[in-house]
Amino acid sequence: MNHLPQAWGRPRDDVYGSYDHSHFQTAGPNQHTQSPIVTGTSVVAAKYKDGVVIAADNLASYGSLARFTDVKRLRKFNDTVVVGFGGDVSDMQYLDRLLNSLEIRENYSTTEDPLNAKNLHTYLSKVMYKRRSDFNPLWNHLLIAGLDGQAKPFLASADLLGTTFSSPTLATGFGAHLAQPILRRAIPDEASVQNVSKEEAVKLVKECMKVLFYRDARSMDKYSLATITKEGVELNEDLKLENQSWAFAEQIRGYGTQTA
Amino acid sequence: MFRNNYDNDSVTFSPQGRIFQVEYAQEAVKQGSVVVGVVSKTHAVLAAIKRNAEELSSYQKKVIAIDSHYGIALAGLASDARVLSNFMKQQSLASRLTYGRAIALSEITARIADRAQTNTQQYGRRPYGVGLLVAGVDAKGPHLFEFQPSGVTQEMVACGIGARSQMARTYLERHLESFENSSREELVKHALRALKESLSQDKELTVENTSIGVSGVDENFALYEGQDIAEWLDATFENREGGGDDEGGDSMETDS
Repeated sequence: MNHLPQAWGRPRDDVYGSYDHSHFQTAGPNQHTQSPIVTGTSVVAAKYKDGVVIAADNLASYGSLARFTDVKRLRKFNDTVVVGFGGDVSDMQYLDRLLNSLEIRENYSTTEDPLNAKNLHTYLSKVMYKRRSDFNPLWNHLLIAGLDGQAKPFLASADLLGTTFSSPTLATGFGAHLAQPILRRAIPDEASVQNVSKEEAVKLVKECMKVLFYRDARSMDKYSLATITKEGVELNEDLKLENQSWAFAEQIRGYGTQTA
Repeated sequence: MFRNNYDNDSVTFSPQGRIFQVEYAQEAVKQGSVVVGVVSKTHAVLAAIKRNAEELSSYQKKVIAIDSHYGIALAGLASDARVLSNFMKQQSLASRLTYGRAIALSEITARIADRAQTNTQQYGRRPYGVGLLVAGVDAKGPHLFEFQPSGVTQEMVACGIGARSQMARTYLERHLESFENSSREELVKHALRALKESLSQDKELTVENTSIGVSGVDENFALYEGQDIAEWLDATFENREGGGDDEGGDSMETDS
């Protein structure tokens, strides 16, 4: 052994030749994810009288390639919460594992007061903010839907910067531009939530999913939809868009092969 | 000095299956002044006798508010209680910050119990020389937990620990049935009466030596001391002559 601690545990120079220390030095600062790779598109959600409805399609895109067509982007957490993930799919899977371990920890603890949607939103927003403060963000936009401590419908978002926002209707990604106006037309404010039934809310969100499929090139006609009420979570991960009408496509001018 | 060969550390069992260091720690609890806790359907109350080391010193802290929904009362080594209460404050705050959830009393009690148990199983450590009553209200309503240096915790309807606490427990056992439906005021009175029982003949409950902690459903944990408890003392011990008039001018005024 050498008297220099730097050389301890490394192959001996006199036997193996001098060690190439450049393996230990990366050029420049740490590199973190600066862009998402495999992505999921919009998540759409709306509150109604006695619960929340949330939907996301089952596609994971690799750039513009529709790479994976059966990715479940809605995740159930105990019996009162569903988290919808937009953005990077590998980061979604990381968060999924994180929520799994949290759920196990909760189930083993003595507490009889399970985490509700509000608690989970607080937790996830802190996770997101911590990671952005490390300059290593989780490239997701989350919608957390469920019931709060008073068993009232709860819907809020947390994004890759740790920004939080709450509203009677929410949509991430492309949906924030295309679905949100449709949702707001039906449910403009908190007061109007009381006038919306489950059937109306589900119909509204399905309509949004259809509009998004028409106009979002990174979307798919297979999707998942969940409703969360006091009775629990009803999650369907194998829905297909119905009654599509592409007649409007005839009217589109300005790109492609047509000339004005 | 030593009772036997098996009390040098807390990791060695005696042939009778006892851990003497833990039992000595429990003796430290018995030397602390008495504290009492009672719960009803709506409230949890802690009451304690404070001691002053000497005439010129202040009174020892016996009831500590941990979070807005609960507090503790201690009997035994105050410095050990301070370490435990700091830990409890940290854990409670962490729960509020990361989940926006008030920590359950069963959960925080389990966490200090785990720490206390570790001390009874690792060489070079000593058990906490303090017993705690953890009382407050969480999502599942009012609770009272007893914590012992051995790491044993139990949920109680009413409990008393500390010097001569057997008398307080006897009072509590006699009135066990009435606690559940007691009002806030009645519950405080029961706690004060139980406390009084364990006092020696020549001692009185005064505004100086008594601490009361109250929390309830939709009511934050609050610590009452000094003049704030004068009315309770008067109402509880009506027939007593000039409550603690030998203690000085302060308590005289409360009788007017």
